[in-house]
Amino acid sequence: MTTNDKQWDIIIRPHRRWFDLRIGELWRYRDMIMLFVWRDFVSVHKQTILGPLWYLIQPILTNLTFTVIFGSIAKLPTDNLPPFLFYMSATVIWTYFSNCLLKTGDTFIGNTNLFGKVYFPRLAVPISMLISNLITFVIQFILFLFFFFYFILNKAPIHPNLWILFTPILVLMMAGLGLGFGILISSMTTKYRDLRFLVQFGVQLLMYATPVVYSITSVPARFQMLVRLNPLTSIIETFRYAFLGSGTIQPFELLYSFIFMLVSVLVGALIFNRVEATFMDTV
Amino acid sequence: MTTAISIEHISKSYHLGMIGRGTFAEDLRVWWAHVRGKPNPLLRIGEPDYTDRIGEEIWAVRDVSFTVEQGEAMGIIGRNGAGKSTLLKILSRVTAPTSGEIKVKGRIASLLEVGTGFHPDLTGRDNIFLNGSIMGMNREEVRRKFDEIVDFSGVEQFIDTPVKRYSSGMYVRLAFAVAAHLDPEILIVDEVLSVGDAEFQKKCLGKMGKVAEEGRTVLFVSHNLPAVQNLCQRAIVLNKGSSVFDGKCNDAVSFYLQSSLKSHTRVAWDLQNAPGNSRIQLVGASINAKAKLANGAGPFTTSDDLEIQVDFINKIPGDSDLGVTIHLIDERDIKVFVSSSTRTASQRIGPGIYRATCQIPRDLLNQGTFTINRLLFVKDRGFSVFEHQNVLTFDVILPGENQFGWVGKKEGVVRPALNWSIDPIKEIVSNPL
Repeated sequence: MTTNDKQWDIIIRPHRRWFDLRIGELWRYRDMIMLFVWRDFVSVHKQTILGPLWYLIQPILTNLTFTVIFGSIAKLPTDNLPPFLFYMSATVIWTYFSNCLLKTGDTFIGNTNLFGKVYFPRLAVPISMLISNLITFVIQFILFLFFFFYFILNKAPIHPNLWILFTPILVLMMAGLGLGFGILISSMTTKYRDLRFLVQFGVQLLMYATPVVYSITSVPARFQMLVRLNPLTSIIETFRYAFLGSGTIQPFELLYSFIFMLVSVLVGALIFNRVEATFMDTV
Repeated sequence: MTTAISIEHISKSYHLGMIGRGTFAEDLRVWWAHVRGKPNPLLRIGEPDYTDRIGEEIWAVRDVSFTVEQGEAMGIIGRNGAGKSTLLKILSRVTAPTSGEIKVKGRIASLLEVGTGFHPDLTGRDNIFLNGSIMGMNREEVRRKFDEIVDFSGVEQFIDTPVKRYSSGMYVRLAFAVAAHLDPEILIVDEVLSVGDAEFQKKCLGKMGKVAEEGRTVLFVSHNLPAVQNLCQRAIVLNKGSSVFDGKCNDAVSFYLQSSLKSHTRVAWDLQNAPGNSRIQLVGASINAKAKLANGAGPFTTSDDLEIQVDFINKIPGDSDLGVTIHLIDERDIKVFVSSSTRTASQRIGPGIYRATCQIPRDLLNQGTFTINRLLFVKDRGFSVFEHQNVLTFDVILPGENQFGWVGKKEGVVRPALNWSIDPIKEIVSNPL
């Protein structure tokens, strides 16, 4: 950029440079991001009878189903923990990831109308989704804590430990992975919508490739490596270990997941940034 | 004066056939049919097939350059497809140009649409904040102007009602009120005046005039020539993506009217190039004002009797029941009417050259830009033999000095002179009962 360009506030060019992510601009639109979060939160349960109760009903029903099917019928081992709590300790953080992924994966297609009419940094939309899903997560996490203490009072063999302090980082990693893959998918769905269906389906399958309804120790040795390659595995395992004291902590796997998350966010943001400039022409 | 916007050699091209059909499977099917030399399986019957022209570029905007000074109100005029909207989209950063560069000094607010991002379930109050922030205001700014916005919109009674319960008029008024209070250094407006009732339109125009007077820059795109003339000192005319005129607003408007008159009210083809098929060939079409046939100058007015002539060659052997049908749309793509010759001039015709004439009486069409977007030759009252699209385009203005009196968008597609009478039923003499 030459010094001459300094006198202009906006310069519109055919292509942006790869690393021109304009984070500063995103910061200036922080009010809008928060209003988006608030809009999603307020409007999602309008005209429903149970309203915000849905935040609690969904996880309870999901984990009850898991308890019946995987615990009572399939009899998958849960490391001697109460099955309900065992599943919930994973689904609560898994749900955050899958919501982030599905919602941010819809950024371009779901907002075509808005994006076609007015300019603002497009990354604001996926970021607002991370935050509004974080609210859902916090509500469901509190629900989890409720059951957590309930089972402790009932003398279940639960051994929480100091890894609990790691929770915010685990949540951040889930958000990062959801965002990275979400915006990558969103960038690719501008041309081919097929990917949308694949993603909805794929997330469900991915859950079974992640130790959500089983623990990593119950996986046969020859598949262990495969499951451990999944960057979500160590996050779920660490979370479960921190609160329930079952399973193991593998610091290197956690580091691997963290780097994986950083790379996916970076790659996602770069591609998103490229697509954002002209996606209106292809969508 | 300093420059607010500097547009340097801006171009934007689209690639035919490159626009995704939506799913990968469909793209694959088209490609496979293409390989086998079959026609595109997804094409609607009668639609032109562009598959052979994949990769061909269509220039929506081509090498447009101009600068806008600070505080200048500038109009951009041109007919549908001239590139106005594309240029605006580039300026408002909705899409990026293919080449060229634009430099802008100051904050831009573009009103390509009012009420962008309104959420139907939220109240008017909530939507003011939401919409304001999308348009680039921060929460503090919206709070400062909140009362003013509500006041301007005139919906203060319903400000805590979800906007989905609003009438469309209230919705638009609230949306424009937010937009009108953005206070950007540069305001880009696209046809927002086509919304709302006459009174509200005047309010909007007044507000925009005030914005311009306050020394802010306004870019105004509209079909509404009187409004452009009222608001802008300078205007550019776009035609097929290129800037063909840049100068004083009044000169630009007359240039636009003149050029559109020449290029679209009359078409004629050589026999070799005439569009058609083995049964019908179209050799020419024109529209004239009956009274002006002699000199053929000037735009048509609502008090002209218009005459559309279509010259064609009928090659269908034997006598056949052949009719000509026209579809007329206005500048907002609203269908004004569909008229067929079989209603009034039904006869069986043999092979030969014919001229179909259709009279549009005075005081029927309102002011505006009208296009015959479909011209069909219909056999046996239901079987389309040949169709040609976008045959003629013409402007109709109000006659005389009335022309620039009403600055709002026209109301109604037609403006018929209907037979009215006011007759006494019972005259009241002295004692009202």
